[in-house]
Amino acid sequence: MSTQALPAMEQVDYIRAQKGLRSWLTTVDHKRIAIMYLIAIVSFFVVGMILGLLMRAELLSHGEQFLSGAAYNRILTLHGVIMIFLFIIPSIMAVFGNFVLPIQIGANDVSFPRLNLASWYFYMAGAALALWSVGVGGVDTGWTFYVPYSGNTDANVVLPMLAAFLLGWSSILTGINMVTTVHRLRAPTMGWRQMPLFVWGIYATAWIAVLATPVIGITLVLVLFEKFFHVGIFNASMGGDPILFQHLFWIYSHPAVYIMVLPAMAVVSEIVPVFSQKRIFGYRFIAMSSIAIAAIGSLVWAHHMFTSGMADEGRIIFSFLTFFVSVPSAIKVFNWLATMYKGSIRIELPMLFAFAFIFLFSIGGFTGLLQAALSIDIHIHDTAFIVAHFHYTMFGGTGVMFFGAMYYWWPKMFGRMYNKAAGMVGFLLFFVGFNTLYFPLFVAGLKGMPRRYADYLPEYEGYHALSTYGSWIMVTGLLILIFNLIGSLRCLRFWGTDAEENPWDAASLDWKVPSPPPTHQFASEPIIVGGPYDYPIPHLGDDDKQAGKAEVKA
Amino acid sequence: MSDSASITTGAEKPAAHDDHHGHYGVPGYDPAAWKMGMWLFLFTELLLFGAMFIVFAVYLHKYIWQFAAGSVQLDIPIGTFNTLVLLTSSMTMALAIAVLQRGKKELAIKLLDFTLGCAALFCVVKSFEWGGKFEHGIYPGSLHLAAMTLGEQIFFGLYFTMTGLHALHVIVGAGLILWCRARIKSGAVHAERITFMDNIGLYWHLVDLVWIFLFPLFYLVG
Repeated sequence: MSTQALPAMEQVDYIRAQKGLRSWLTTVDHKRIAIMYLIAIVSFFVVGMILGLLMRAELLSHGEQFLSGAAYNRILTLHGVIMIFLFIIPSIMAVFGNFVLPIQIGANDVSFPRLNLASWYFYMAGAALALWSVGVGGVDTGWTFYVPYSGNTDANVVLPMLAAFLLGWSSILTGINMVTTVHRLRAPTMGWRQMPLFVWGIYATAWIAVLATPVIGITLVLVLFEKFFHVGIFNASMGGDPILFQHLFWIYSHPAVYIMVLPAMAVVSEIVPVFSQKRIFGYRFIAMSSIAIAAIGSLVWAHHMFTSGMADEGRIIFSFLTFFVSVPSAIKVFNWLATMYKGSIRIELPMLFAFAFIFLFSIGGFTGLLQAALSIDIHIHDTAFIVAHFHYTMFGGTGVMFFGAMYYWWPKMFGRMYNKAAGMVGFLLFFVGFNTLYFPLFVAGLKGMPRRYADYLPEYEGYHALSTYGSWIMVTGLLILIFNLIGSLRCLRFWGTDAEENPWDAASLDWKVPSPPPTHQFASEPIIVGGPYDYPIPHLGDDDKQAGKAEVKA
Repeated sequence: MSDSASITTGAEKPAAHDDHHGHYGVPGYDPAAWKMGMWLFLFTELLLFGAMFIVFAVYLHKYIWQFAAGSVQLDIPIGTFNTLVLLTSSMTMALAIAVLQRGKKELAIKLLDFTLGCAALFCVVKSFEWGGKFEHGIYPGSLHLAAMTLGEQIFFGLYFTMTGLHALHVIVGAGLILWCRARIKSGAVHAERITFMDNIGLYWHLVDLVWIFLFPLFYLVG
């Protein structure tokens, strides 16, 4: 994509534009709001990670180690609530959707900047309520809040449900903002087919967030009504039906897994062409597969309930739709591979994360197909197999690409390049640790190890011990990856170098503004000529002063 | 710029849609964006009630006769009256927008006052209706209700939940209309800058629309 634009003049960047905590907490700049999300989300991720470590340590050998069954259940709930509601759902959408999307479409902000800030406050309020209620209140229902247990338990489930309600509002408001921004603030010369695929991914995600989240809102309200007003919609003794709760819950929560993974796929679609220096293969198919996933993904919820009790016709239809929803995901994978084919591939950290995504998400996706088959699902339902599957898709998919996106856009966001060697070490430890941690759970699950149990029979000890060792390797890698980024910041400068405007030779608009960008990144309207994937960038190899560029023209 | 493309000063070409704000690409007064945002918000409301309607459909299917038995205990004339009140208020809301577009500020405020009156009347009638049910011992958790069939318990549970949720929306809508009235009075909303009022009108019509579905589902299935 080439542009004719007045590059923002020698302006002070958005970080230094204003000083003081107050200027951050009252900002309406989409970039600053993104940074506030980033800090909050990474912090919650670390907390969730420590809880995961605790669970893995308890499972190191059979018998009770240091956590009682009740404590294990609470930690499990807290881990789930943090990782799902506070980390994965908002992660890429709230941080990079906010930071990158307006720049990529040539805008200076989102359509509703104040609503954007409000949505951050909703997020923080929901997060505080969730942490407090689960951490102190000792909720032990798991993150799904299934009735009848959530209606009967002594623990106070009201607060985490209110928290989920607030967090839902946060993602609805962000979704409304993103859809409107794409429609209204695109540079007038940017057509729909000139939008970067990241924008397409966030756009599809935003629609799901708007259309699916209200259902979980009303469902949680109905559970609260049962607790307070004795309206037994889900209470069998009052004529209600507990299975209906599961339906309503998954009508939201299954589309929500696409809220989680679509932005990650969108990041892969950005990274792969840049580091292959090749035009993306099948632009329209990748863009439309996001929309297709959003549409079909709304119709597969009951595959979480194959063993809950449902008519056979329903199970067959949902099984078919579940197989069907894998088609657009596969289309994306094939297109990424075709993009790399005969490209000049550079092994940089963002590209490594994209490789890891394709590898891990494929394993997660294929094991998902096993569960879509009705007969197999009866065998593996509620086993460790499921735990391994969704960690491969959610963490191996979205979690990995959250890190991939950080390693890709960090130079743009903070104007600093991290230490690449340390990043490689961190990545390798993470990748090896990840597979050591989660792969044994597939096997243990196939052999009958149930999920969510604080203890197990001795014959599963080998798998669990291996898995726990893997967790230590993985966390070492994650900590290296996080501290590598933090230590490179301008205020610390422990390592790393100053980043240029376009360190990756990327063609999209976000790399044509200074790093870090000024508050108003576009002083005037950028005139868009061509597409966002016009590779290879022609001038390469002439006067490379930048480290790492020489190998590009291999 | 690391790009080989020619970079010229964009000042040669005036930005196409920055006539209503100073800087390029800074969201200013953009009626289309505000409308779009409002419609997206209305979608979330539709899905919120939509989920309730699914629940209603499931239980209607399961307890068809008990729902009929519950329905005949509701007062059709009162429900009809409230339907008319809300429909009238929707009309006066639309009229208020139409007259403000023609610059008739005073008349618009009078029409909004009438709309607010209708909203209040609706809530008063609704509270009498609920109060009547309470007096007969029909409220969630009551012994009288617990003695009824399971289907009737669910029917009245849904009745109080859905009409209650709707009444909450009426109250919120009335609050929004009050806010709009104040902004018209202060001159912040006028014929050239009417999107705020348009959006509140849309919200009010949604509240009306939901009731249009609630009324036959609860009062007329018997």
